[in-house]
Amino acid sequence: MSGLRAWSARQYWPAFFYLLPAAVFYTLFVLRPLGQTAWVSLFTWDGITEGRWVGADNYSALLDDGRIPSAIAHSLVFVVFYAVFPVALGLFLAALMSRIRVRGLSFFRAVLFLPQILATVVVAVSWRWIYDIDGPLNAGLRAVGLGSLARAWLGDYDTALPAVGIVGTWVMYGLCMVLFLAGVQKIPTELYESARLDGCGPIREFFTVTLPALRGEIAIALVLTITYALRNFDLVWNTTAGGPGTSTTVPSVFVYQGAFLTHEVGSAAAISVCLTAVVLVVTGVIMRLVRGKEG
Amino acid sequence: MPSNSRRQTVIGHAILAVAALVALYPFLSVLLLAFGEPGTRTSGFSIPTSISFDNFTEAWRRGLFSDALTSSLIVAAAVVIGTIVLAVLASYALAFFPFPLKGPMLGLLLIGLVMPYEATVIPLYYQLKDWGLVNTYWALILPQIGLSLPFAVFWMRTFFVSTPPALREAAAVDGASRLRTLRSVLLPMATPAIGTLATLLFLFAWNEFLLALVLVPDNRSVQTAPLALSFFAGNRRNSDPGVTAAAAVLVALPVLISYIALQRRMISGMLAGAVKE
Repeated sequence: MSGLRAWSARQYWPAFFYLLPAAVFYTLFVLRPLGQTAWVSLFTWDGITEGRWVGADNYSALLDDGRIPSAIAHSLVFVVFYAVFPVALGLFLAALMSRIRVRGLSFFRAVLFLPQILATVVVAVSWRWIYDIDGPLNAGLRAVGLGSLARAWLGDYDTALPAVGIVGTWVMYGLCMVLFLAGVQKIPTELYESARLDGCGPIREFFTVTLPALRGEIAIALVLTITYALRNFDLVWNTTAGGPGTSTTVPSVFVYQGAFLTHEVGSAAAISVCLTAVVLVVTGVIMRLVRGKEG
Repeated sequence: MPSNSRRQTVIGHAILAVAALVALYPFLSVLLLAFGEPGTRTSGFSIPTSISFDNFTEAWRRGLFSDALTSSLIVAAAVVIGTIVLAVLASYALAFFPFPLKGPMLGLLLIGLVMPYEATVIPLYYQLKDWGLVNTYWALILPQIGLSLPFAVFWMRTFFVSTPPALREAAAVDGASRLRTLRSVLLPMATPAIGTLATLLFLFAWNEFLLALVLVPDNRSVQTAPLALSFFAGNRRNSDPGVTAAAAVLVALPVLISYIALQRRMISGMLAGAVKE
């Protein structure tokens, strides 16, 4: 009771008056669905009739499901294309331009950022045209006498996965370049001068000055690109929908298909729980690594 | 030494120019295709000799894009307004009022910031179906307000914390109530921050795809522009790439126009928003 009296005496209630509307929306449309996803994942449910409690069976079934390992493998390939390549490209450019004042930075920034603001569906339609059998890529190959390589890149079992991956690299490299160039311009030139006095070559200079100074930017880039690669529903669904066959399936495609097309809601919820957990853990680990080094 | 750094300058800017061209090329080739004659397949390396709007009229006629663009506008505007009103109130309290459990509350918001939409979309569908809201604007507006709140609250809280305390103290000395202080002292200062936030929320809401696919799948009159484009491009009968390209340009146009006008603000906002994560 004394807690309650302290409560009213300190007048906490105005704070809750301001918080209430947001709290209602956040609870109804984020926290409650989040909990329900976890709850539903413990049932066999077709979305219509009464569900049947199965405990962790949906999760153990995932371990036996042959589709899951390949979907995880595809996700890892996408992490390479969406995160590793763009970050490497951005770092290469940052290293090259670390002591150079970039001319026209605001123009380059605006252009390089364009892929970030286009709707993923628009990006997908653009690249479907580029990869089309009559599209620019094949036209270019034919023009240089490599017409034998021409194919429907998104419809070919061998090329569909890297083709979607390259779209991801395209979406993300500009963001990484803009982030790292902005970061590298903030590094005090004295650091580079003293590195040079110590006899550092360009490579040692990169590892002793540039890379540590960009730690924060790299962490942000990795969080953004890796989480995008792990979710990746919009791009995959609108380019290949997981096909041809199962050559570009990712877990989020199974979440959508299971929940809304094939009526295996419990199992789809289990995949969604695992996906969410992986995204939260990866984000947490990257941020923790950065903070740990700073502290 | 100077010649070396000069070479670096040239190579660096050359790489930047190539990178910029590559970033532009896919959308440019779609533009060329869309403005070409219907039925022709411009390869994208040749400069077109004539400009035709036939693909656009065809896409407009077949894809119900006037409905889709209107729907997107209604949904995005409602999400922006709703989110900002709720986020301003909540972040004001989170920034300045002392109350218990503030830390855990911010932690819960952080989960919502990082979590993928896939985590909530299944129960959201059944919940909204129970309420009879699936295939209505509400099915897109209400959840997106909730899902946008973490970003908006952290954004506004960072702004409020950065305002000088002397202003609030002066307002308190003058006998202004909490709501009065917010309305007459803090909000006028917050206009630029709210403007950037509104632009970003509008962009996210305009481009959202998964929620639209799940929550308004069967009612063409409330479909948003990206969803209409996805269905249009996926339909085998619309196999003319020129018409599909025109549809893509129609969907991208409002965002592109606002990007050209507000790009500085949008880029720094997206980078700053990311940094705050």
